[in-house]
Amino acid sequence: MAIHIIDRRLNPGGKSLENRQRFLRRAKSLVQGAVKKTSQERDIKDVLEGGEVTIPLDGMQEPRFRREGGTRDMVLPGNKKFVEGDYLQRSGQGSAKDSGPGEGDSEDAFRFVLSRDEFVDLFLDDLELPDLAKRKIAHTESEGIQRAGYTTSGSPSNISVSRTVRRALARRIALKRPSKEEIEELESAIAACTDEDERVVLLAQLEKLQAKSRRIPFIDPLDIRYRRFETVPKPVAQAVMFCLMDVSGSMSEHMKDLAKRFYMLLYVFLKRRYKHVDIVFIRHTDRAEEVDEQTFFYGPASGGTLVSSALQAMHEIVRERFNPSDWNIYAAQASDGDNSYSDGELAGMLLTDKILPVCQFFAYLEVGESGGSAFDLSDSSLWTLYERLRNGGAPLSMRKVSERSEIFPVFHDLFQRRETQEKAAP
Amino acid sequence: MTERLFEGADWDFHTLQRITDACEEVAKNDLGLDVYPNQIEVITAEQMLDAYSSVGMPLFYKHWSFGKHFAFHEASYRKGLMGLAYEIVINSSPCISYLMEENTATMQTLVIAHAAFGHNHFFKNNYLFKQWTDADGILDYLDFAKNYVMSCEERYGRVEVERTLDAAHALMSHGIDRYPGKKKLDLRAEEKRAGRRRQHEEEVFNDLWRTVPAGKSKTRSALSVERRRKLLGLPQENLLYFLEKSAPRLAPWQRELLRVVRHIAQYFYPQSQTKVMNEGTATYVHYRIMTKLHQQGRISDGNFLEFLQSHTNVVFQPEFDDQRFSGFNPYALGFAMMQDIERIVTNPADEDREWFPDIAGKNDVMGVLRDVWANYRDESFIAQFLSPKLMRQLRMFHLHDDPEERAGIRVDAIHDERGFRRVRRELARQHDVGYIDANIEVVDVDLSGDRRLILHHHVIKGSQLNETDAKRVLQHLADLWTYDVSLIEVDAQDKVLREYVVSPRPITAAA
Repeated sequence: MAIHIIDRRLNPGGKSLENRQRFLRRAKSLVQGAVKKTSQERDIKDVLEGGEVTIPLDGMQEPRFRREGGTRDMVLPGNKKFVEGDYLQRSGQGSAKDSGPGEGDSEDAFRFVLSRDEFVDLFLDDLELPDLAKRKIAHTESEGIQRAGYTTSGSPSNISVSRTVRRALARRIALKRPSKEEIEELESAIAACTDEDERVVLLAQLEKLQAKSRRIPFIDPLDIRYRRFETVPKPVAQAVMFCLMDVSGSMSEHMKDLAKRFYMLLYVFLKRRYKHVDIVFIRHTDRAEEVDEQTFFYGPASGGTLVSSALQAMHEIVRERFNPSDWNIYAAQASDGDNSYSDGELAGMLLTDKILPVCQFFAYLEVGESGGSAFDLSDSSLWTLYERLRNGGAPLSMRKVSERSEIFPVFHDLFQRRETQEKAAP
Repeated sequence: MTERLFEGADWDFHTLQRITDACEEVAKNDLGLDVYPNQIEVITAEQMLDAYSSVGMPLFYKHWSFGKHFAFHEASYRKGLMGLAYEIVINSSPCISYLMEENTATMQTLVIAHAAFGHNHFFKNNYLFKQWTDADGILDYLDFAKNYVMSCEERYGRVEVERTLDAAHALMSHGIDRYPGKKKLDLRAEEKRAGRRRQHEEEVFNDLWRTVPAGKSKTRSALSVERRRKLLGLPQENLLYFLEKSAPRLAPWQRELLRVVRHIAQYFYPQSQTKVMNEGTATYVHYRIMTKLHQQGRISDGNFLEFLQSHTNVVFQPEFDDQRFSGFNPYALGFAMMQDIERIVTNPADEDREWFPDIAGKNDVMGVLRDVWANYRDESFIAQFLSPKLMRQLRMFHLHDDPEERAGIRVDAIHDERGFRRVRRELARQHDVGYIDANIEVVDVDLSGDRRLILHHHVIKGSQLNETDAKRVLQHLADLWTYDVSLIEVDAQDKVLREYVVSPRPITAAA
């Protein structure tokens, strides 16, 4: 008997993917809640790493008729001392209670692992980039390959068999190449022929046909066609994200941490929409400079506070390197709200005239000390300024944050999918 | 002759071939097994998880619940809470055995002997499998089911199909014919029949018929209770069958889906009745084959010890007061009983001659075992062949837990002369699915009134249904029936213990 031994390991994996997606789709709102909850407890670095989530089993049960209670009879192994008629005290509950894997018991929570992609998708699912008037797509170096007809030269792997054979057929018909059947027919006629004279005639005919068939090849190099490909530039949307932060003495580590979290989220979010995302870090005290990430978050700095300097720096960088017609520009500013009064006018003017017109989105995040309730009492100078601008119709998004756990809700709030444009009050 | 099949732990596909040939030789010549052609497939851990989530079948229709199971298994596997099985075997012809790639050569030998010969022989010869399953057709049928579900989703929408399948799954355990019908199930013919029927419906469809006035309808009184019950085939315990045939407002494709689920449930029915026997057979077979291969010198002493170690783990039976105890281990019980039968046949004590006059000292071990494997299921197997010696060896005892009894749980019988038969009867009953599953049947439909479907649950020993789950299942049932459904729990004296009434949820999409 033939025994078949088959190596299935090479089969494509992910056979259950479809079922898994169905499950996630069905449990979507539950999983989403779990994802958000999980992400709040996480570190910024692995905030979107995927991992285990726990959801309640609402609507995901697979009920069956089950019996319970009543008189129970059981046969068990391992009797040591009992004899017939003994009574055993009931302990709190029967020890042999095993619930099925993730099913059965009604209100159980259900734990499982999400992949990174699934996690990000769910996390950012109900978010959308604010739909501003300007949405440009730049043409960059990225190239794609596209079919572009046929050519007479190319590599053997690109031979178009059908096209080649079609051309060969046309040529053979045009040049009247004798077909195989024709020659075979003649040969059998010769074999069957008894008359010598006729036979000679036929043989000559055959000779002629065969010569012709040799002269006109079945497939000529002329027939061969190759598939042609050409590279085409593919439009790739690209974005630049400006991180502006006040690093003057009044900004504590806690505040910087809040800002960092926000920037991280924004980065992940943009990364999902745009293939290419540049980040520019601009930190400022009373003057602004473009720095790398390390310096941005951890570098020491001291001085007064002039927000206009950062806005001016951003404006210059945009002018030099990021043509607004090629780049989608996003900016997020974090500050504790301090600004010198004299700077207000200038900052407001820079923002409305230079920055906002080229930006897709400008978010202002006011960070405060953890547990700082005093923070709610009076608005800071920057907040007051921006609020005035916004009331004047400038497309600004602004929020206040003082706790780590608020970052995610605020972020969600800012980018929530809305019917109308983002204009909500804090 | 004494050439080793393999050395060490490594194997390749030639090794597998050699192993399979060697096992086959022993299985055929020494044990006289009769098996389906074998197909052995090597798979990865991920593929094993895939198989877990679709009840071990290589292909299955798509449904979210399988995704849920996959997610669950994956999570516990990753955390190390759960090991994976060494193999999965499918009752089909050819008999497909999936082997994990990370098994050592010894484990592969064990697994091939266990699955490809032990289980395979049992599938092919046991009367329940012969009666209820169609090994030749199952894979084709599953393929048909998968495509059919898919085409339904395309035509009627995923949500609608999902709703029907959810409901069908909830009723799956009550979608089984427990008594053999007139003819053997032929899944291939079934598949063709489904296609033909749809085609016929399409061909003869004529919208005009709808407008033709119907003849005078029968007066309601003409439909007497008796006649009505007869027309509907009541009482009926196969709920899915009943719905498929009699639910008033199901679309043809929904009936077909119920049919698919019903057939699949039926396919698994013998497996749930023969756990002890099936595993016992396979374990006994692998033990015999491995021992023989070792005797022949084809497996080294070291590898044989490795085998013995995993074998011992498999047939380990913790005692009732052990933390690891979770009921009888079917491998342990089955294997112990098979070995015990071997002992009775070859070397019986006086007691065995008294208890098993038919087989004691008959000396044809394999003849007796093959007969046992062919003609029993767990319940009858235990009731017939559990010997006093084994009961003593496992120190079995019977507990009777009556909630009314103040004194506690009574020890009803133990492994002594007075108790042997009672212990054995009780253990057999524990393995009787007819006794384990709730006994629920459709008893009537209120045709003259509000078309309410009436079901009875015959309560045994005061064990009623779990309320939350019962309500959920009945909700599904009502959704399919589209009118009210009531379930009445009655005890042996026909006293009503409890009544559930559930109304169907409004249908959002087209009916």
